[in-house]
Amino acid sequence: MELSALLLQVLNGLDKGSAYALIALGLTLIFGTLGVVNFAHGALFMIGAFCSVTLQRLLSTSVITLDETKLDFLGNPAKISTPYVNTWFGPDIGNAIIDWSVPLAILFAIPIMLLIGFVMERGLIKHFYKRPHADQILVTFGLAIVLQEAVKYFFGANQIPAPAPDMFVGSFDFGVYIGMNPGKLMYPYWRIVYFLFALVIILAVFSFLQFTTFGMVVRAGMADRETVGLLGINIDKRFTIMFGIAAAVAGLAGVMYTPINPPSYTMGMDFLVISFVVVVVGGMGSLPGAVLAGFLLGILESFASIRQVIDVLPGINNLVIYLAAIMILLARPRGLLGRKGVMEN
Amino acid sequence: MFGLSRGDLLLWLFVLLLVLAAPILLNPFPESSALAQFNGGYPDLMQRFLIFGIFAIGFNILFGLTGYLSFGHAAFLGAGSYAAVWMLKLLTINVIPAIIVSTLVAGILSLIIGYISLRRSGIYFSILTLAFAQMSFAAAASVGFVTQFTGGETGLQTALNDPRILDTASTTGNIPAPSLFGLEMRDSFQWSVGDWLWTFNAGYYVCGFVMMVAFYIAIRITRSPFGMMLKAVKSNNERLSYTGINPKPYTLAAFVISGMYAGLAGGLMVAMDPLAGVERMQWTASGEVVLMTILGGVGTLIGPIFGAGLIKYFENIFSKINESLLHQWFAFLPDGVEDFFVAVIYPFVGKGWHLTLGLSFMLVVIFLPGGMVGGLTSLYRRIFKKSKQAN
Amino acid sequence: MSSEKKRSQLPLTRRSVLKAGAAGIAAGTAPMIISTKAHAYLNEPKGSSVTLGFNVPQSGPYADEGADELRAYELAVEHLNGGGDGGMMGTFSSDALQGNGILGKKVEYVTGDTQTKPDAARASARSMIEKDGAIMITGGSSSGVAVAVQGLCQEAGVIFMAGLTHSNDTTGKDKKANGFRHFFNSYMSGAALAPILAANYGEDRVAYHLTADYNWGYTTEEAVRTSTEALGWKTAAAVKTPLAQTDFSSYIAPVQASGADVLILNHYGANMVNSLTSAVQFGLRNAQSNGKNFEIVVPLYSRLMAKGAGENVKGIFGSTNWHWSLEDEGSKAFVKSFGTKYGFPPSQAAHTCYVQTLLYADACERAGTHDPCGVGEALEGFEFDGLGNGPTLYRAEDHQCFKDVLVVKGKENPENEFDLLEIVEVTPVSQVTYDASIFGGELGTCNAG
Repeated sequence: MELSALLLQVLNGLDKGSAYALIALGLTLIFGTLGVVNFAHGALFMIGAFCSVTLQRLLSTSVITLDETKLDFLGNPAKISTPYVNTWFGPDIGNAIIDWSVPLAILFAIPIMLLIGFVMERGLIKHFYKRPHADQILVTFGLAIVLQEAVKYFFGANQIPAPAPDMFVGSFDFGVYIGMNPGKLMYPYWRIVYFLFALVIILAVFSFLQFTTFGMVVRAGMADRETVGLLGINIDKRFTIMFGIAAAVAGLAGVMYTPINPPSYTMGMDFLVISFVVVVVGGMGSLPGAVLAGFLLGILESFASIRQVIDVLPGINNLVIYLAAIMILLARPRGLLGRKGVMEN
Repeated sequence: MFGLSRGDLLLWLFVLLLVLAAPILLNPFPESSALAQFNGGYPDLMQRFLIFGIFAIGFNILFGLTGYLSFGHAAFLGAGSYAAVWMLKLLTINVIPAIIVSTLVAGILSLIIGYISLRRSGIYFSILTLAFAQMSFAAAASVGFVTQFTGGETGLQTALNDPRILDTASTTGNIPAPSLFGLEMRDSFQWSVGDWLWTFNAGYYVCGFVMMVAFYIAIRITRSPFGMMLKAVKSNNERLSYTGINPKPYTLAAFVISGMYAGLAGGLMVAMDPLAGVERMQWTASGEVVLMTILGGVGTLIGPIFGAGLIKYFENIFSKINESLLHQWFAFLPDGVEDFFVAVIYPFVGKGWHLTLGLSFMLVVIFLPGGMVGGLTSLYRRIFKKSKQAN
Repeated sequence: MSSEKKRSQLPLTRRSVLKAGAAGIAAGTAPMIISTKAHAYLNEPKGSSVTLGFNVPQSGPYADEGADELRAYELAVEHLNGGGDGGMMGTFSSDALQGNGILGKKVEYVTGDTQTKPDAARASARSMIEKDGAIMITGGSSSGVAVAVQGLCQEAGVIFMAGLTHSNDTTGKDKKANGFRHFFNSYMSGAALAPILAANYGEDRVAYHLTADYNWGYTTEEAVRTSTEALGWKTAAAVKTPLAQTDFSSYIAPVQASGADVLILNHYGANMVNSLTSAVQFGLRNAQSNGKNFEIVVPLYSRLMAKGAGENVKGIFGSTNWHWSLEDEGSKAFVKSFGTKYGFPPSQAAHTCYVQTLLYADACERAGTHDPCGVGEALEGFEFDGLGNGPTLYRAEDHQCFKDVLVVKGKENPENEFDLLEIVEVTPVSQVTYDASIFGGELGTCNAG
């Protein structure tokens, strides 16, 4: 086994971990701040991804003309569609705009996800704070199905490609900077972008909670909601905003994920279970725990898929995440960094 | 009678009546009417109602009484299924050994998983059970050594050349169907009265018998001192341990019992239809029984059965309504109106049946806190109380 | 479309038939007790119609493929009942079909959702057999489901006409007397692909396999490996990837350093879309290895997969059962018929489902009965043409169709959104035929319930 191969898997792990950490971060905000088991969190990630797709479709809205010189598969004149942006700005700028639809979708997704978060919290979740966790599970799972089916209705079940801008096609050669031969340790640009993006979001959320008065109140509310309420602080409003932020974090994770894997309406459910595992392994109520667990499990998963590892431990790539979760939870009662008394009953 | 209080006995008899009459009750619509699409009285679905009813009753013994939310009960359903198919393959096509062994195998597996998982509580317990179940699923689906016993993703079926050491060799060239001393589970007779057609299926009544026994045991457990202890675990675990009682053996017992119920359900599924599919072990199957229990009413005796029934009904009936059927239903309307109705309803049925399911989850939990049974009881009480006060 | 016409195309319900039947027999008064065993064969159609069960994935990742299958079935029913332009009925070499239903009985259908899960698919099929009286079950989009439903149909006593299922097992290890498959299989893909790969990429290549960790993956890897190794290729490694994997980066990353110069993705559906996307991201398509251009191969292609993977499929070889750009009379008739009704060309899944329905109906007509055993006999050893794949044989020994196999390539410059694959070679049937006994399994005897 070469060093470069191992480093490559570390990069893969960080990349996978980025997605896990971002989803788990939002989930922990909702879990930890509001005490709500949100089974619709995967669906929020999925909706974020479809914000990309929607923007791509909007930008490529086309005027359709018939071209008599060409025939379609039935022998009728072929329909030629020209995106409006091309007719407005000329093909060069027009194509560039469409090419950049995924990064542009960040701007598009933030207000949408915040809005979805607010509406979800005010319209539905608010009424479930005092209800048993069982009821929260049922209502959020129901909501997740409804959101999924709505996306399926409009976009179909098939995956929809949403590629990264051409600029990010290709790989960055890490190897040459640490004295390896060229081509030994290459990593795709977009995946690096995804990792950096995740770091920025994580840092932003942490700084927001750590260095603003708002964040301070929210943290106080997480620790002891009642007392903060007694101090005359309107903690509910702040929690609504936190829910919106959690939704936006999940949504942004989804937007940027689309070039890595073309999105489909089931992608939220694919991430749902794993993100719960990440949150709990990180420890209930701990944001750093969620992030740490996300990266840790991502790296473990990557190492377990190395051929030489599978040869020694057949099937380990299928089992590793859950095996690791069991080991960690048995070794550390409250996960990596969990707080006492949160969701232990 | 039978050690049941009058109320419990009435409840049990009520369920018995429902089970006996289900082939008639579930086929309320005449065969020729458009509503016949909503008839659920055919053997496969009726068997499923009962089998998932057993699964949910058992799950409720753990979740409803102790409050421990397991997300891994699918592992026991799956293990029971595999054990049952192996019995049908190796021993005999008679379903009795299959059902017994499936319950035992699930019991052993749940003892192991429960013993480890119960070292944690709350969400940590849930995730431990989930992790165990997902590992079982992945192993059964893909890990080479295990797939020899599970058939991998294709599932495990009976085959023509199975040994079946207790049976005489099949001479028909067909795989024998699971039977109870010669009575094939798929045997039925049909009774047609006017335009109604009712199917009475042997397998269904076998399931019915098993479910009534399982339901009876569940009532006895709930009302016993052991059941009281389990409820104490739920209401105040800490205080219980201050009294010097170690709650763990009780919770573990509840876990194993509910695991055995799951195994029993798996065994019955195989007895009715001899295939064990690996997705029975997936987290979605664990989640389904959680949803069934919550939907019906956590902690209520009969709720989980209704929850199971509702979900299976949506899955099997709503998914089969297609566009051309809708056009037939609304054919009496003027063309444009017909198309409008079809366009409005179509997203909720057929390939959109999940949407209706999701919406019904939300509606039930929003308007009926405590699930179907819990919510309806409290609603009934409130109305009853009001009218009393008015008097 | 006028309302009159639309309604006339809608199938009658079975219930109306039953009502008529019941009124005739029992005069609607006296209770009748019928044992379900009192019939010549299960679900024998007694009224003026016959019910077929279309069991396709309607939820989950293959829902779009299922929707396309359903469109094809609806088209086939329309044609069988004499509606529409008749599609491939006009080009079919057998002229037993009259356009008056099957054996004079109008064709009706019920639909169900397999959810691409063996359990759910069997539940759905059972409800069709028990509740709706379906006499034939067809459809599906995965081999796990096909094998499970085929087993059920064998036990229950109805015919199963497999939809899209590509594993060798469906008509190999798990073959059943009541089950029939028109679609090709892994072995044929391997046998058809290998010569084309060798001709295009040379005979001294080193392949790296990524294989979805389930039955279809294994048989496909095996088939491609054996047939490429026979032509001189070497295999650097074969790694199994979990079926539920979504991000394949950690499997793709080591490929280039392994000394391989071809990557073979034994993946289907979302697995393939995601692994191919990752492979292209990691620059494999533009890479050089062993002094040659690095190549990627996808043994089984579908148009929906090509659509999901977008630009990434360009220039990538694979095989397919049928493609709408074929120029034979049957294919042209089918594409015209399907395209006129739905506005886009049919997929290979739609094609195989349409053909299976026609073949079933034709076998009933030739056998003169709906009895599964009679129908099975009529299908066994049946040779036909005009259904889009050239001369085809339904082999009696394993109920597998033998026909030409298409080797295709992702198109470099698609002219429209459906124009994603181009046909590179039509591999003649003789090259992909194998001995029926090599996969084991036994058919058993037909079961009529």
